[in-house]
Order: sequence, then structure tokens, then C-alpha cells
Amino acid sequence: MEKFDVVVVGAGPAGNAAAYTLARAGLSVLQLERGESPGTKNVQGAILYADALEKIIPDFRDSAPLERHVAEQRMWLLDENQTCTGVSHRDARFSQQPYNRYTIIRARFDRWFSEQVKSAGALVICETTVTGLLKDDAGKVIGVRTERAQGDILADCVILADGANALLGERAGLRPAIKAEDMALVVKEVLFLPKETLEARFNISGTQGVVIEIAGNVTHGMVGTGFLYTNKDSIAIGIGCMLGDMKRQQLTPCQLLEGLKRHSAVQPLIDGAEMKEYSAHLIPEGGYRALPQLYGEGWLVVGDSAGFVNAVHREGSNLAMTSGRIAAETLIALRQAGKPFTAANLAGYKQGLDDSFVMADLKKYQGVPELLNQNPHILDLYPRFVGDAAREILTVDGVPKRDKQKKILGELARRRSLLGLLGDAYKFWRAFR
Amino acid sequence: MHIAVCIKQVPDSAQIRVHPVTNTIMRQGVPTIVNPYDLFALEEALRIKDRTGARITVLTMGPAQAEEALRKCLSLGADEAILITDKVFSGADTLATSYVLAAALKTLDARTPIDLIFTGKQTIDGDTAQVGPGIAIRLGCQLLTYVSKICELEPTARHIVVERRAEGGVQVLKSALPAVVTMLEGSNELRFADMPGMFRAARQEVQRWNRDSIGVELAQVGLKGSPTVVAQVFGPRPKAVKALRIDGETPDAIAEAFVDKLFADHPHLEDAMLEHLELLGQQGVKP
Repeated sequence: MEKFDVVVVGAGPAGNAAAYTLARAGLSVLQLERGESPGTKNVQGAILYADALEKIIPDFRDSAPLERHVAEQRMWLLDENQTCTGVSHRDARFSQQPYNRYTIIRARFDRWFSEQVKSAGALVICETTVTGLLKDDAGKVIGVRTERAQGDILADCVILADGANALLGERAGLRPAIKAEDMALVVKEVLFLPKETLEARFNISGTQGVVIEIAGNVTHGMVGTGFLYTNKDSIAIGIGCMLGDMKRQQLTPCQLLEGLKRHSAVQPLIDGAEMKEYSAHLIPEGGYRALPQLYGEGWLVVGDSAGFVNAVHREGSNLAMTSGRIAAETLIALRQAGKPFTAANLAGYKQGLDDSFVMADLKKYQGVPELLNQNPHILDLYPRFVGDAAREILTVDGVPKRDKQKKILGELARRRSLLGLLGDAYKFWRAFR
Repeated sequence: MHIAVCIKQVPDSAQIRVHPVTNTIMRQGVPTIVNPYDLFALEEALRIKDRTGARITVLTMGPAQAEEALRKCLSLGADEAILITDKVFSGADTLATSYVLAAALKTLDARTPIDLIFTGKQTIDGDTAQVGPGIAIRLGCQLLTYVSKICELEPTARHIVVERRAEGGVQVLKSALPAVVTMLEGSNELRFADMPGMFRAARQEVQRWNRDSIGVELAQVGLKGSPTVVAQVFGPRPKAVKALRIDGETPDAIAEAFVDKLFADHPHLEDAMLEHLELLGQQGVKP
């Protein structure tokens, strides 16, 4: 039977970061991926956060397939009355190298990342699904079982980078099943437009790109957000909501996406574009309070599989890469010290995460999922109110501004009691402070 | 026994689309696969290997990335893989391709004599079915095309018996070895590689042969050696003619309306019919 220092299950950002870092340090690494090639099963918006990758591959910009750098960010509140209220931030410094964020196409990016993993010396085997973990009599994880004949493989440590569903950990009894309340379902389309048309519509040139994050009633009051990102000659547009909400409201994700695409603020941007790709993916958005056990005897869990997603800031891949890197560094340090990969020794991984932005950010927003779950009106009432207030104040109709102001405040009081407003403000402050 | 299997990496034609404006094939981003017919050929070779312990060498002519296709074959059980790659080979039609493959097979044969050459009946991107026969004639081998079943293979008796799909039936053919066999679809079911096979495929070296390795005439390879010219590529245009529904009170009325419509659209039919009726009248036949 084949034996490796580490088997990494999955070739997404977390698995690639781990496999690359381990192989560079000279450990024998086998990475198993169920897709035909890395990237074929992976879905993201997608924004690449340079910092997280730079810490793994400092000169990634020289060879990675990047679409555009993010030169401008817009935040929009959209509702079914076809209003769009928002802010935008364009900063010339965002367009100075080295750029901080990029749009990418994951199918291409993941292929590139995997090439780096192979060059670093890891053995990458695709089209192979890991169906379970091998344990010894004491319950220590000692390898993986694949669906192929003679498919057992031994390893001193298994890194679970198997993605949002986290089925391996669940099957092996290392974690409970993920709840629908903690999982978002996102659908996305890639729409192609001639480069010139796209650049004219978004007022960009060169490698500049625009990111639009969208909230408001386009989600039909469910907890969720939408997005629109510019690639070189395509637009990625998507929307996602919590799985539990969708189940309750009996709405399909495609209905939401069609609604978003038809919205008067969005439709002109994508008019005439040709849809080339349609995909869907789950995102574990339970946050800090939904985190599973992160390590044990002979195993570590990284990325989406561990639930490392900062839903408030729409960040995930950077947490994934960082957790993969820290997992690898933990194993490298233990190997160099000649220590075994026991649970007690692997606790260093948790410590590394605690010392990084990963846990800091997850802890900061730990109250948000609960806040939104219990107060769904926050994503419905306030965006709608902001839109209505803006319309009122911007309509010039001979009504004195003081009266308009009164009318707006009166309307707010009508929709939500003073106590309710104060309560929301307090809960909001607590969740986001 | 030594079996050579010639394969090709092709774009997954199920995912190819024709550009609506320029009518050109849009290959960008289309995943590549091993030509499905070639996999039937490989599986047949693997079954012979299971039975007789034959040695299998897979070959392909193609760009560097065709190595992926060869590795797939290694994972399934091929023993050796050769990528015939050289920039002068690009742009080859079936004539130039079969010339290069035949040269490579001769080189391989000189090293380890080949008993049997398998390939798919055709590729899904070119659909010509000419390369298999092209190889056979250049090597002076027996040629068995559209084979659906290997009935008998006696390595010691130096002959093979196959079922071949022909127009109007199935031929059972016996042929001397060495022979070129092109396999039909559905002739077998491809196996699922085991884990040791996956490891072997990931680790084994794929040999790279270029023009010097196989000793070819430059005038006969690549675009230079290809007399075929693709003059135009176009998608079939959907006909804009709509179906017509004819309603009427009685069957006779419907028939009459139909004939009226037919004659209105094709006046020459009416003339021809009247002429015919007149002729019949002259002969005294009552219509």
C-alpha cells in the first residue's frame, strides 16, 4: 500500500495552499481531487485576495491567470420597485501595483495553482473520490479510502480540504452534519461581452475592474446577497441565500438570479451579453459558532470544509488559503522537531489560526448569523426605507425639506416602533462591533 | 504479444459550439478527452492483455498537452506511452497524420515487434475514419475496419478472427497478423482504473518522440504534407419554413385544399399532371 507523509483531500484554494507549502518543505504529499482536473468542481465569484496568496507564492502575479484588478467597489441596495441606492468607492491607489484584489476565473486559476503544487513536488491525482478515512484501533486517522479498487492509501496526517459539504469529516464522526441554516446556496452565471463594451459600461480601462456587492429585497427578504464582478471580457453575476430560508420560502435560486438580472440597475450592464457558464455552490456561512473540531489524531480540516467563511465581507478563499498554509506550517514544524502528528501536537494549528486574521474576523462577526436569522426584517425593512427616503428627499415638488424630513421619519416610525429601532441598533452594534 | 494502440486527444465535441456570427468552431475553454472510439480500442487491447499478458504501447501525435490523454491510458493499464510531438507536425491532415504514425510504429516495431495495432474507427472531431486505413496501407498490414468483436486471437497461430459491421450484415473475418483493427463504439465497456494504475500514470514517464526519433521526410508532415484544405466551416442553417395546417369540413375538401396549395407553390407540378392526364386521355385510359 502506498504511504505518504500527508494526504490532502481536495484541490481547492485550501488544499492547494496546504499541498504546495508541504511539498516545498520536502514532505511527501499526495493530493486527491474528484474533478477531472483541479477547478472543474470549484465555484467562486471570484475575487482573489492577493495577500493570502502572496504569503504562499510571493511572485504569483508573474504567472497566475488574473482577470482584472479591483479598482472600484460599489455597494448597492436593490429592491423590487427597481430602486438602486448605494455607495461606491474608487481609489486611484487601488490601481497602483501591487494590486490588492483581483477578479479571477476559478477554472483557470485552480489549474494554474495545481501546476504550482505539482512543480513543488506533490503527487496530484484527479478523478478520484475519497470515500472515507482509515483509522487504526485507537481511532487515529491513518489514511484514506478512495472509490477505486485497491484504493486505500496510508498517511501520517490527512488534511481535509474537501469543501463545503464536509462529508468526509461527517462520515468519520469527526463533526456533526452541517445544518441548512448555516449553509448558503449561491448561483452564478458568467456572461460574455466584448471587452470594449464592458469597459465602456463600467468606466474602466486596462486591467481595472469593478466589484458590485448587492443587498436588499432582490433576495425576497431572505438572508443573502448578490454580486456582479467584471472579468476581462465577461461578467460574473450571482446571488445567494441561506438554504434554510430558500427551503421555507420555496424559491429557487434561478428565480432570484433572473430577478437580479432583470433589475433596472443591472439589466443595462449585462444587456446583450451571452451566457456561457452556469454554476451553483454551497457556502458554509454559520461563522464562528458553527466551527467544527479543527484537528484530531492524524487529521486537520481546512477551508470551506472547516467553515472558514467571513460572510459579512464576502471573504472565503483567503481564509481557505491561509488555513491551508497554517495547517502545512504546523505539520512542517512538527516534522522538523521529530514530533508525531497527534491531536495534542496538532493543537498548534488551532493556535496558528487564533493568532491570524482568520479567527479574529470570525470571532468579530460571530453574532451576525444569529442576528440575521432572528431578525430577517433587517435586510428587508431598512434597505427599503433607505430607498424610499432617498426618493423622497430627491424629488423636488415644492414641499419644504423640513416637511419631507418629518414625513420620512414618520414613515420609519410607522414601519418600526421606536423600541424596535433602538433594539435593532443595539443588536446591530453588538454583532458588528 | 505486443499491441500498439493509436489514440487522439480531441475536444469534447458535446461541448463545442459554432459561433453564431462567424460560423467558426469555438474551441476555447472546451475540455479535452481521449477520442471515445479510441477508448473502445484500448479496452479491447486491455482485455487481450488480461487474457494473454500482452504488452500495450499507446501512441499519439499531438501537442504537449496530449500527454494527459496518454496518462489516462496508462492509468487504465497500458504499459508504455509515446507522445509524438514536434512543431513541424502541426496542421496535419489524415494523410500526414497516418504517415507520421506509421513512421513511429515502424520505429517501435524495430524495437519490439508489433503484432496488432488498435485504433478507434474514427475521431469525433475529424470524423474521417481515414487514419486507421492510412496506417495499414503504409505498413503493409492487414486492415480490419469497423470491428465490433474480437472472436479469436491466437498469438501462436498468428491470426485473428473478428466480427466486422458491414452494410447489410456482419462479416466474420479471419486475418493474418500483424493487422490494424479499428474498433466500433459500444463494442465493450471501459474499465475504471484502480488506484495502483492511477499512481503509475501519475509517475511514469511519457516518452517524447520528434521528427528525428522517427525519421520522416519534412515535406510529408504537418501542413506541408497535407493536401486537404478546409475551404469553409459552417453550421447547418435551420429552415425557416413553417408547417402548414389544412382544415376542412370533409376529407375531400381537405385533399382539394392541399392539392391547390401544392400546385400554387409548385406550378410545374400542375402542368406535368395535366400533361399526363392528357396523355392518358389520348390512350383512352380514364383517370
